[in-house]
Amino acid sequence: MGKTLFDKIWESHVVKTIEGGPSVLYIDRHFIHEVTSPQAFNGLRKRGMPVFRPQQVVATADHNVPTLNQELPIREELSRKQVDMLVKNCAEFGIELYGLGHPYQGIVHVIGPELGVTQPGMTIVCGDSHTSTHGAFGTIAFGIGTSEVEMVLTTQCLLQSRPKLMRINVDGQLNPGVLSKDIILYIISLLSASGATGYFVEYAGSAIRSLSMEGRMTICNMSIEMGARGGLIAPDETTFDYMKGRQFAPAGEAWEKALAHWRTLHTDDDAVFDLEININAADIEPMVTYGTNPGMGIGVSKNIPAQASLPENERGNFAKALQYMGLKDGQPIKGQAVDYVFIGSCTNSRIEDLRLVADFVRGKQKADNVEVWIVPGSKQVEQAARAEGLDQIFEAAGFMLRQPGCSACLGMNEDKIPAGKYCISTSNRNFEGRQGPNARTLLASPLTAAVAAVTGHVGDVREFI
Amino acid sequence: MQQIKSRAVPVRMENIDTDQIIPARFLKATSREGFGKNLFRDWRYENDDENSPKADFPLNDPRWSGTILVAGKNFGCGSSREHAAWAIKDAGFEVVVSSFFADIFRNNALNNFLLPVQVSEKFLQQIFEAVDADPSTELSVDLPAQMITITTTGVSESFDINPYKKTCLINGYDDIDYLINMMPEIESFEADRAAV
Ligand code: SF4
Repeated sequence: MGKTLFDKIWESHVVKTIEGGPSVLYIDRHFIHEVTSPQAFNGLRKRGMPVFRPQQVVATADHNVPTLNQELPIREELSRKQVDMLVKNCAEFGIELYGLGHPYQGIVHVIGPELGVTQPGMTIVCGDSHTSTHGAFGTIAFGIGTSEVEMVLTTQCLLQSRPKLMRINVDGQLNPGVLSKDIILYIISLLSASGATGYFVEYAGSAIRSLSMEGRMTICNMSIEMGARGGLIAPDETTFDYMKGRQFAPAGEAWEKALAHWRTLHTDDDAVFDLEININAADIEPMVTYGTNPGMGIGVSKNIPAQASLPENERGNFAKALQYMGLKDGQPIKGQAVDYVFIGSCTNSRIEDLRLVADFVRGKQKADNVEVWIVPGSKQVEQAARAEGLDQIFEAAGFMLRQPGCSACLGMNEDKIPAGKYCISTSNRNFEGRQGPNARTLLASPLTAAVAAVTGHVGDVREFI
Repeated sequence: MQQIKSRAVPVRMENIDTDQIIPARFLKATSREGFGKNLFRDWRYENDDENSPKADFPLNDPRWSGTILVAGKNFGCGSSREHAAWAIKDAGFEVVVSSFFADIFRNNALNNFLLPVQVSEKFLQQIFEAVDADPSTELSVDLPAQMITITTTGVSESFDINPYKKTCLINGYDDIDYLINMMPEIESFEADRAAV
């Protein structure tokens, strides 16, 4: 029987399998950031252990950093301490740090791929659930807890049980105005926020193949939002074109050797999955979430479900979510006024996202009732946006182009959405309080967010194209 | 860890994500201790004020106490922050019972000797009903036998746990100890791969 892409990578990284237990899985690349690493370094110190393979670890500061005046010291004391601690830990343990002020700094899941550190066939972990992003390159990439960060720092290995495997095939032509963000929000709305728990998901099909690497990253990024450990997409010419010439990608003879290996990384025709789901790309319209988990999403032309139409055991949670959001069951989502527009996060803060938004708003003005934050995912994205003149388009439209970081994706740094306010956000989580206490998040694609930026409410991008 | 017998604190909600268990703004500490006071922070206090606890939230309700937390399905979804497990542990819990756990949370809990007990939806509802009817109801969790019992009704159910993890919990050793002992094998694995 043929093998899946997942199994090909998994098997080549198993050091040993414990009888009746998990496997010892070797990890090729380990990303760390300031929030989930300090306790792990403390653990190393306590045991008197060094970092085993420091050259396989890459660090950045992203969650806590301000996105204005990054050249000044961080004002918030605890954030500053955490970032300083990362600097100290990296220096002490010999780890490369792309910290504040470094030209490679940015959100960990943006910089790994953009630097070519992320490469097909690798196992990649980070103390961060959206590590699944790196699966877009045909890697086994998943988020881990801090105890596991300590394990990888100490031994470059983890104890892991092989997950079940699911394949989601998205075939056919995408409708105009529908982006990869809409594909993944649609999938999660079908499967629910827990529908893929216990699985690793391979995304396949012609609609997935047609996406750019950045589009694929958006899909894999949100795998965790349906409970999956991770998601992956087989590498192909699009992947190889993207990789070529990146700072840390193999070059010369090593490139040819790597390419030959990468071309073997695909699921064999006769491989079998535990679960297979088929989706018709033409069924997908621009999506918006209305509730407090990413599974609570609908097409922009649809109404929020009526409470009575739901199974009885789901009504309580549904009502609680709508109450938090200040929305009514059965109401259309289109026309809902918003106060903030956040275009950023490891889901949608790459240069293609910024270009799409800039193209849409060129010559338009932001609506009076909204504040618009554009937060590039990395220093390099920021540089590119300025070099291409996107900053001027944003400025002319009344948007604020800020500096790279996680920003309003999570209420941890200075960028918070005030209580009770609505934010249409290109990030990945609409949990209660995620963007700040009592903030109300509507997840959407960069284009749908751009529509809200210029109209002040949730709108259908298809009416503009 | 062997047997735990205790009253339970029921949080009857589904999809409790890690941002609810411990909101991001409390993740700035650099040690593992002290997260318990911010457990369920935004549900626990009015306007983020420690002096105004919300009376109807179970952790603030004097009827509930004990070292077993019981919650609705898909507990611990969302971020990988181990701070969620630390907060629950730091607040004095030893066991979390739910009908479904998110993967990363389950691993994080186990790595901190916090036992996740996954029960059927039906059994979960029976627990909620039993503790509602009588808050002094005790649950008994027997790890070696992998059984959980509602002591007042005598109803019990078995639960699954990875045999390796079970041994770890019972004997109090963790994955890092195991992996450190494997260093020579890991090094030869690396050498073999480099030779390809
Ligand atoms: S942008 Fe948001 S989801 Fe991504 S790593 Fe940062 S906090 Fe996590």
